[in-house]
Amino acid sequence: MLRDAWLIAQKDLRIEIRSRIITNQIAPYTLLILVLFGFALDADIETLRDTGPGLFWVSILLVAILAIQRAVDIENSDSAQDRLLLSPVSSFSIYIGKTLGLFLQLLLLEVLMMIAMIALFDSSVDDFLLVSATGVIATIAIASTGTLYGVLATGLGVRETLLPILLLPVLAPVVIGATRAFGDAFGRVNADGWAWVGLLSVVAVLYTLLGMLAYGQLLEEA
Amino acid sequence: MQNVRNPNLTSSKGTRFMGFLLLVGVPTLVLFAFFLTPEDDNMEDAVRLLYIHVPMAIFAYVAVITTGIGSIFYLWKKSRWWDTVAHASAEIGLIFCGLVLVTGSIWGRPTWNTWWEWGDVRLVTTLVLFLMLLGYLALRQVPANPDLRAKRASVVGIIVAINIPIVNRSVEWWENSTLHQQSSLTDGKLEDLTLFTLFLGLILAGVCYLWLMTHRFRVGWLQTEIENEGAIGVLQERIAEGTASSTETIIKEDGEGEVR
Repeated sequence: MLRDAWLIAQKDLRIEIRSRIITNQIAPYTLLILVLFGFALDADIETLRDTGPGLFWVSILLVAILAIQRAVDIENSDSAQDRLLLSPVSSFSIYIGKTLGLFLQLLLLEVLMMIAMIALFDSSVDDFLLVSATGVIATIAIASTGTLYGVLATGLGVRETLLPILLLPVLAPVVIGATRAFGDAFGRVNADGWAWVGLLSVVAVLYTLLGMLAYGQLLEEA
Repeated sequence: MQNVRNPNLTSSKGTRFMGFLLLVGVPTLVLFAFFLTPEDDNMEDAVRLLYIHVPMAIFAYVAVITTGIGSIFYLWKKSRWWDTVAHASAEIGLIFCGLVLVTGSIWGRPTWNTWWEWGDVRLVTTLVLFLMLLGYLALRQVPANPDLRAKRASVVGIIVAINIPIVNRSVEWWENSTLHQQSSLTDGKLEDLTLFTLFLGLILAGVCYLWLMTHRFRVGWLQTEIENEGAIGVLQERIAEGTASSTETIIKEDGEGEVR
């Protein structure tokens, strides 16, 4: 089952590597968001350092919406989804595979964005382990929810506008938790970052379980 | 459910009774809240909003939980009845949520000296809930196959209901403080007339929720029936067209001018 999931993830990643949309379009978009935040906040380096964790996760959410829509488009083009459903792969494996593919893409974008943020905002990381744990767990939550909501908004003709309004409020706890944990890791706020990682873990597990339960039924009708 | 068959009427004895209760109860509540109860030592006249704000908040959450329950039962039983319950309750929950935010802001201005306080757990939780309900209802408005839409809305409805404690917990940790009053019902500060007025507000909000819910449910049920009958009607038309065209073909082939 997990081997099938890995095959699905590999398929998605291979398509992304070949199309280069992530590297040529979405990654520059992430950088652009950070630069625009710099302009909007009047290039005050202290303000940018203080707000950096929040700006980082808001940017990731905006980028995640693009990545989710890409992941759905891959299956919609050339009736690829019908062939996927005809293949002897369970919907559980498809969900895990799609989530894994999205997770790895988002993680790559987060690494690029982190480097850009450290360079542009002159930020320093106090607790690298906390940053890594927060990044991984928050991204699992975003990817699992995004994969479920991606298929949920498919086939209705209004996916581009419906997906953000459905997804963003649900991910509000992830933004709050990840921002606080990053704030602690960057030494900008006095908070217990690891407690936030605990909350993020609960959210990630819960959303992944919900996705596993609902994805199969929704996929067959999408 | 008798009157549901009449497309011009969603009322019944029960809804008329609830409507009468509200007609008498709301002016009574206004009388008690604005004239008969004393002002608070700290909140002064702003306390009068509490008689509307607190009951609305409680029933906004009741409405969302009902949506969650309706969604679970729809996925389990595949019954449009439960889907209609979930949809109706979400719409009323959105109205109650909006009223809670508006009355909360009006109350917060003189009490906290601000229209909005990001550090308050319940305020931010209610706002996120309001946004999630907007998303849920946006999905419900999308023109699609009714069963497909109901199934997807049910998944979102369950997630919205599950999210309430998560958002609440995260916002509570986020600021680790709240300006919000402790529960007015449990802290024991309310007495006599004030407590009576608050309970009157609670009862009326409950009746209002049930009244709106019954009417909205019946409108939703009528919509469901129209959708079903509409689909059957179209099918019957197509069958009739198909029969007519095959009859014409037979007439042409035979050239006899008789319908066989």
